Amino acid sequence: MSVSDASDPASQADRLQAELDETRPPHAGPISQLAAALVALAVGVAGAAGSYALGLGELTQPGPGLWPFAISVVIVVLSVTLAVTGRSLEDAERFSRSSLLTAGGLVTLVLLAVLLPLIGFEIPSLLLMFVWLRWLGKESWRSSIVVSVCTVAAFYLLFVVLLQIPLPRLI
Amino acid sequence: MDLTPILNGFSVVLEPANLLYCLVGVLIGMLIGVLPGLGPGATIAILLPITYGIEPVSAIIMLAGIFYGAQYGGTITSVLLRLPGEASSVVTVFDGFALAKQGRAGTALGIAAVGSFVGGTVSIVGLSLVAPIVAGFALDFGPPEYAALGILGVLLISSVGNGNKLKAVVAACVGLLLATVGRDTFTGAERFTFGSLNLAEGLDFIPIAMGLFGLSEILYNLEERHNKVASPAKIGNVWPSRKELGEAKGAIGRGSLIGFVLGVLPGGGATLSSLAAYAFEKRRAKQPERFGRGAVEGVAAPETANNAAATSSFIPLLTLGIPANATMALIFGALLIQGIQPGPQLVTQHPDVFWGVINSMYIGNILLLVMSIPMVGVFVKILRVRAAILAPITVLITLLGAYTVRNQVYDVFLVIGFGLLGYLMKKFGFEPGPLLLAFVLGTMIESSARQALLIFGGDPTGFLTRPISGTIFALVALVAVLPLIRTAWRRKAIRKAPAEEKTS
Repeated sequence: MSVSDASDPASQADRLQAELDETRPPHAGPISQLAAALVALAVGVAGAAGSYALGLGELTQPGPGLWPFAISVVIVVLSVTLAVTGRSLEDAERFSRSSLLTAGGLVTLVLLAVLLPLIGFEIPSLLLMFVWLRWLGKESWRSSIVVSVCTVAAFYLLFVVLLQIPLPRLI
Repeated sequence: MDLTPILNGFSVVLEPANLLYCLVGVLIGMLIGVLPGLGPGATIAILLPITYGIEPVSAIIMLAGIFYGAQYGGTITSVLLRLPGEASSVVTVFDGFALAKQGRAGTALGIAAVGSFVGGTVSIVGLSLVAPIVAGFALDFGPPEYAALGILGVLLISSVGNGNKLKAVVAACVGLLLATVGRDTFTGAERFTFGSLNLAEGLDFIPIAMGLFGLSEILYNLEERHNKVASPAKIGNVWPSRKELGEAKGAIGRGSLIGFVLGVLPGGGATLSSLAAYAFEKRRAKQPERFGRGAVEGVAAPETANNAAATSSFIPLLTLGIPANATMALIFGALLIQGIQPGPQLVTQHPDVFWGVINSMYIGNILLLVMSIPMVGVFVKILRVRAAILAPITVLITLLGAYTVRNQVYDVFLVIGFGLLGYLMKKFGFEPGPLLLAFVLGTMIESSARQALLIFGGDPTGFLTRPISGTIFALVALVAVLPLIRTAWRRKAIRKAPAEEKTS
């Protein structure tokens, strides 16, 4: 398959992939790449320090920290390599205004998890559905309300009435 | 070859309750699998909780159903929306979408279902024949071999992915590190638990998989501009005509073989095989220009091949205990949860489970064929529902599902945490697949390596001097070095056309 004319399936597949990627935000610059490598480096260093504290032991009698220490060292080496060589990569995405949607979505998820044991699943679920529909999905007010109420009702029916799963709930 | 265990396996699988589980699995798998942007991996991850509460054999049967359903769900979106669920159905888009535009979407989906069924079945028969032999060979493997095999598996997955290799290996190492969280089985010491009781038990597979594969995908897709997605094409008659089947017959046969052989290779087996099968059909066609304009073979070949490959990638999982790709890592994790340790001992020590797994694939495959053709209309209706509406429903299923596994809010937080991690990884060009796979294999690699060190009396050169583990480590070295050589080689070739650079 060394022929790489335009009709070659492999390059055709690549082009389709590229086209699909067009709906994504533009790629990020070297600073993001460096930042990612540094985060990985930090994980490696923290892992190495933590496992060193656990005790490495001897090769004849490996301590609990030996294996995690070895992995952490590999992470450190690789992320340093990444920081040095990977700055010109183009596989990271810029955070755009639409990343705020993801952040907003995350907040509703955390809210659900916090409220779930306190007031049951109904109200937090309703809230999550509504926020996602109305503001993240830009649905109309009417359809947001109808869909979120129906979904939560369906979940109640499925989880509580039919499957009798002990979900924390109000009613 | 003794056929009794195989037949016994069938009698288990064919119990009405188990058939029902399989049916439900196929249905839900397809249902979630048709959601745009959710590939089979995400689908299986999201649905893991529903297999948790039921008994092992039924759970596996249901998983097989989900697996096939999710695969086919991706095909539906490829044909109707031009949105491949995963890399292995990208090729299907060329002719599948072209057929859909000509009003023959039904034909494309029907042919894909028939092809998937044949490819899957051929592959399962091959699996039934080959797996016991491979497992028999692997029976004398000791701890050093397992350690070597695990490392090779992790490295292979990292190196065949489509992203940057260095990043993939870093992700895999983080996965190995995460697997060490909790109580050390050898010394009883608590590692990286920070005094938390929850962490002392180690990180649980289900919430990690659900977060990394399911939730992260949804969070990631939120950033996409939806406006481009067209509404799905009209479906005509789904039953392929005799003439169309005749046209596709050869492609399906060859696709099955290509898929089976390439699927055993770790990593991109399914993707590679769909591409290879398509290219092969195009090359041997009398009028290659039909391809890309709605050739039936152009749908049949890749769909047959990727399903055959998806099935034969069970071979390394069931015989060596090494998952060949991210989806297999999910199945591996799901089997572990059911108390089943895939590996060479499985076929001899638990033949009922081994053949149960394999036979449930036959059933899943048949049910897929039976269900998909009449149900296509229903799934198309789901596709008409906007992604904006489907996304929060899926999120809710994921979060509440995660809670139901152990009735702990802690698990919900884990899902959210790993969802965020997966999202950030994708943003920065790290693949979550290697991380999950390494996490699944981590405990096995560590304990085998430490047992091996005990056997060797602390001399690590023992890994290299034993014939089998030595060979595997030579392969490890080869896999590690090969990309470097290839890069150097490509650079030389690219000097003429510098615009073509893709990976480092």
